[in-house]
Amino acid sequence: MKKTLLKTTAILAGLGMTASAVSAQEIRFQCYSDGNECEVYDDLLSRFEAENDGVDVIVDIVPYQAILENLPVQLAAGTGPDLAKVTDLGGLNEYYLDLTPHVDATYWEDSFGETLNWYRVGDRQGIYGMHSQLTITGPFVNATLFEQAGVDMPGAGATWDDWAAASKAVVEATDADFPMAMDRSGHRVAGPAISYGAAYFDADGVGSFDGFEAFAEAFVGWNEDGTMARDVWASQGGSTYADAAQEFINGEVAFYYSGSWQVGRMDEQVGDFFDWQVVGSPCGPAGACSGMPGGAGIVGFEGTEHPEIVAAIIDFLAAEENYAEAAARTKNLPAHLGVASAGVEFQDASPAAQAALNGFAGALPDVSPIAFAYQGYAGNRAMFGITVERLSQAIVGELSVADAMERAASDLEAALAETQ
Amino acid sequence: MLQVISPIMRVIEIPMLALQRMLGINKLAWVFLFPNLLLFGLFAFLPVILNVVYATTGGDNVLLADRPYVGPRNFATLIDCSNYLDPNSCREDKFWRAVWNTSWFVTLQVGMMVAFSLLTAVILNGEIRARGFFRSVFFFPVLLSPVVVALIWKWILQREGVLNAFLDWTGIGGFNWLVDAQWAFGWSVFISVWAHMGFYTLILLAGLQAIPRDVYDAATMDRASPWRTFRRITLPLLAPTMLVVLVLALIKGVQTFDEIYAFTGGGPGTATTFIIQYIYEEGFAGAPRLFGLAAAASLLVALVLILLTLVQLWANRKNANG
Repeated sequence: MKKTLLKTTAILAGLGMTASAVSAQEIRFQCYSDGNECEVYDDLLSRFEAENDGVDVIVDIVPYQAILENLPVQLAAGTGPDLAKVTDLGGLNEYYLDLTPHVDATYWEDSFGETLNWYRVGDRQGIYGMHSQLTITGPFVNATLFEQAGVDMPGAGATWDDWAAASKAVVEATDADFPMAMDRSGHRVAGPAISYGAAYFDADGVGSFDGFEAFAEAFVGWNEDGTMARDVWASQGGSTYADAAQEFINGEVAFYYSGSWQVGRMDEQVGDFFDWQVVGSPCGPAGACSGMPGGAGIVGFEGTEHPEIVAAIIDFLAAEENYAEAAARTKNLPAHLGVASAGVEFQDASPAAQAALNGFAGALPDVSPIAFAYQGYAGNRAMFGITVERLSQAIVGELSVADAMERAASDLEAALAETQ
Repeated sequence: MLQVISPIMRVIEIPMLALQRMLGINKLAWVFLFPNLLLFGLFAFLPVILNVVYATTGGDNVLLADRPYVGPRNFATLIDCSNYLDPNSCREDKFWRAVWNTSWFVTLQVGMMVAFSLLTAVILNGEIRARGFFRSVFFFPVLLSPVVVALIWKWILQREGVLNAFLDWTGIGGFNWLVDAQWAFGWSVFISVWAHMGFYTLILLAGLQAIPRDVYDAATMDRASPWRTFRRITLPLLAPTMLVVLVLALIKGVQTFDEIYAFTGGGPGTATTFIIQYIYEEGFAGAPRLFGLAAAASLLVALVLILLTLVQLWANRKNANG
């Protein structure tokens, strides 16, 4: 009798497990965080799960490097996740799930406007991604160092040269180590390069380094004369990313060029150590005072077995109230026009962080149209990498600036030929 | 034990005898070799074939079906140079920088590795106090993960690292070791020797201990000086072991990647970019992913490693034949 009962229980348990395995629709979301984004999405998506019985969204938190290097290989091999948070917006277009049949296209066009184009390539002109995190590059300034040095901060419309001179004066008068620092990233130099005259596209709209040399000359010069923290660009090889946030947080840098995604980190780690603020991107000889827009978006992939559910998840996150909540909790600038126009009250943000985020948002009108086009260009990842590699070689003296630019042009030509 | 094994053997014997009758005694060897050949084919031979296929195709797709055949184009790109001594004159300058960096690195690292390993082995083979302790000390870095080795030394050598703190304290003043190309390269060689020397020391120590004691006794009776004993007895009798160490160190030196990549990232510029890092970056880290170029470069490296292995086999055979 006992044996029969055990057998029956085992069979029933087995059947139950099989049934639940069949009914549960497991969706895998590959996510990376600059701060607490994945945590917040996990929380929001638990509400989605509650509203959609049988859907189980698993948020796989991975390092940013995995999104850059592993995800494209996984997608090409057909073993990618159902959805992911990506930054190579146009570059992965061939794998994107078109959300158009599953969502209210008018709402999406009205809410996300121009950023939808960043995910479109060639004749694939559908709705592919929700831009979850709008970023813009710009400078953080250590106001305390300027005050201690008795140096006035250059005002609106100041040039890169003005800021370089002022930052140098600050370092001379204080015990800070570096006047300026810039992240080792092709994306970061793009805004300043445009301000110096980089066109980034030729007459046919193909990627190009025409006009980049003026900025390259200036940037290499700043690294040589100690205006820029040489460690950031020279102590790495390849196209490896490196930032100077820690140096800024340690109070070693007067002027640090990075972007809006660093606000949370600054707010958390600088604390009362010193006063910091965000100023607009300096102007260059070409007349522009441009930063570089960017950010990350959530996309679904065509390889998913559950396209309707993946689209529903992204649509859920794109709903105005959910998007606003995520922006407020993650301290990110919203790309959702409705949320942006209503204004976001960033959760637990100090007055400095709130002012910084407003400062970045206020700099958006100064962003050059070239920068917007460059951000949406499918070949921009290749161009970012080439910029970093060749500029670094010029900085350490392996190549002259002219040779570095010549190499950059031929690298780009080869890269574009391979991706035809 | 025999009582346990015998019944099992009797059971196995029945199908094996049948198989032997069916295939013949000569072909039966293939049956025994089959599992090993299958694994070798899957995990060694097939990847080599795939590598050749990737090297002769282009584009940035990972799926072979989506990759156009380009013949030897990737190899031609790699070797297109007007002067092989000047990477700037080469079409793929980064490849040649990596080749030259690797050549210099291997020359210096292997030379230092063999010299220091030999010196250490000779000292540790002598009658010194706490010999066991020192043997462990020299072997300890071998047990560390390459990333740990890199992070330890980065922590020591970075701008605000331990070494600069010490130099500042002594009044000499710190230096930005990892931003200067020559220093970064020099430290890379040093760290690599430090991390792997223990392994080669152990091999040489075993070689030293295999030299018969009576040869040294005879030298002592002939009043040979220690230097003469070392030169005329130790070195010749240790030569076969040293050859093994030399070839192993050469092969390992060419394959250097992980600890230097974690230590300098290949910089400053390309000063510490070695050939394996070049392959990794072309194939996986950069955009677009040039699998073809990376596969072609890896085949060229394989060719070099095969040559080095043949040299080792030839030298071993020569030694064995006296």
